[in-house]
Amino acid sequence: MSGPVIDIEGLTFAWKQGPQVLDIAAFRLEAGERVFLRGPSGSGKSTLLGLIAGVLAPQAGRVRVLGEDMSALPPSRRDRLRADHVGVIFQMFNLVPYLSVTGNVLLPLRFSPARRKAAGGDAKSEAHRLLARLGLEDPSLLNRRVSDLSVGQQQRVAAARALIGAPKLIIADEPTSALDADARDRFIALLSEEVTRSGASLLFVSHDASLAPLFTRAVDLAAINRAGVRA
Amino acid sequence: MTALFSLAWASLLNRKGSVILTIVAVALSVALFLGVEKARSGAREGFGNTISGTDLIIGAPTGSVNLLLYSVFRMGGATAEVSWPTYQKIAAREDIAWTVPIALGDSHRGYRVMGTNLDYFKHYKFGGGQSLSFAEGKPFDDLFDAVIGSDVARELGYTLDTPLTLSHGLGAADLGSGHENRPFRITGILKPTGTPVDRTVHVSLEAITAIHVGWETGAKNPLADTIPEEMIRSFDLTPKTVTAIFAGLERKGTILTTRRAINTNRGEPLMAIIPGEALAELWNVTSVAERALLAVSAFVIAVGLVSILTSILSSLNERRREMSILRATGARPGHIFFLLVLEAGLVGFLGAALGIALVHGLIALFAPMLQAQYGVAFSMGAPGLVDLAVLGGVTLASLLIGAIPALTAMRRSLADGLSVRL
Repeated sequence: MSGPVIDIEGLTFAWKQGPQVLDIAAFRLEAGERVFLRGPSGSGKSTLLGLIAGVLAPQAGRVRVLGEDMSALPPSRRDRLRADHVGVIFQMFNLVPYLSVTGNVLLPLRFSPARRKAAGGDAKSEAHRLLARLGLEDPSLLNRRVSDLSVGQQQRVAAARALIGAPKLIIADEPTSALDADARDRFIALLSEEVTRSGASLLFVSHDASLAPLFTRAVDLAAINRAGVRA
Repeated sequence: MTALFSLAWASLLNRKGSVILTIVAVALSVALFLGVEKARSGAREGFGNTISGTDLIIGAPTGSVNLLLYSVFRMGGATAEVSWPTYQKIAAREDIAWTVPIALGDSHRGYRVMGTNLDYFKHYKFGGGQSLSFAEGKPFDDLFDAVIGSDVARELGYTLDTPLTLSHGLGAADLGSGHENRPFRITGILKPTGTPVDRTVHVSLEAITAIHVGWETGAKNPLADTIPEEMIRSFDLTPKTVTAIFAGLERKGTILTTRRAINTNRGEPLMAIIPGEALAELWNVTSVAERALLAVSAFVIAVGLVSILTSILSSLNERRREMSILRATGARPGHIFFLLVLEAGLVGFLGAALGIALVHGLIALFAPMLQAQYGVAFSMGAPGLVDLAVLGGVTLASLLIGAIPALTAMRRSLADGLSVRL
């Protein structure tokens, strides 16, 4: 994979009738990188992730993901790109409550034929393999209701879901904020290992600066976002 | 689409409690609508099946619906009768092949008694040409013989040779003002027909005359009971009047001319009706009420559909997070839209299916009782076209109504982005 996975130039974004939230001159994420993006809550991190994932559209500037200009693409193509190439992990409440653990991991395959293909003929065992890699090998866990899992377990299910079908980019939005320090470090280690193994890139967003050493590169959102200066 | 279908299904299962309530609401509304519709078509079919093969019904002038109702359906009563000589004149007409005179007016424990002759068992046909047949015994032969319909036998527990007495008039119970001193003997029990015949006690015309010996003034002569049976048997028991006449024509083509000839009969005024025509007239009268009932029950279905809308709309807030998870894992806005539309459609479909099952179950359970009590014959058996149309219609309507919450959810998921501020 040549070229950057994410390439942002002159991006501005504001919520309807609100003040400008983002104004980023340039930001790049190269293939294979695991980048830590630090920013306090309310600094526009989630908005930026929404723009990168293509569920939000910028007012000005360019967001290229895997070489495609997200703002120039029609919405359906943006959605398709995200479905095929982007895995997302949220802070918490990551899982669809009415699906089993396995069902949640398989969810992206419902919407993306490309990832369905990449996951191989037996998607279920691929899901179970990923869950096992992330430390969820107990077979009794797989058909449990997700609400019965601990937060740490839920986050690892979310990670397996983001990883299945080998997307090129994993976006993680404060996935460890509800975990204790021990679980947090273990989660990041496992996630990094699997991201590297699958050849994906990782954009990991958190307010917790102490996590920075666990990644290949750390970027402070405040340093690149000109709109983030607040009173 | 199959991916969404299983998602919609799982989502409904997750909210079982409220979903089941909504399904039940839809089912009840559908059951009401279908119940009304089936009662209506059952009534029509039952009425339509009651008489067949009879070309004309002749009686004293009255409304044609009234004549049909009292002569065939044993509902209401005749205001006037046809004299015996006039009956004989009609029976002798060249264009008329057969006639069956009937005399009504008495009852036995709430069941109508009909005087007639043996031709009745030969010519009366129902349900598209079936003749009456005997489950047991044979037609009446002696003066005080009676043939009863299957319901009379079953409900009163009568068997052959059970004695029975008639009462004067149509009182629901024997009030003693009757013919209890002239007991009849049951010689025959008819097979079930699904028509008012099942609820009729048949005796000979002469028997009707015989039990009214001593009633010539219209009320019972105190000495009537003192006349011994042997004496009555020696009387001339030819009836003075009959209530109505069923007639079959030599050639169907003459039906209108024959009818006109009878209607303009010089001497005693008469009225002849064509059963099918009078039935159509009856439907005309009842169709206003039928349509009103159907409209009301259609509105009840609409209420059921609105309950689908309410339940989905009220669930949207708590499902906002779920929608953005779906979006993040690759669902397009269209997927969100169809997910909710499918949920609505599934609830509507299940509700309609349950409603149809409910109606058919209830009909299977209660049809015999309804038939016995109200004479409404519900057609049992496999679900028909009407059921399919209702199933399809309700499902389609719920899909359409599902578009409302679906649009809301889709718009919200577009505005929310990946993160929902909870």
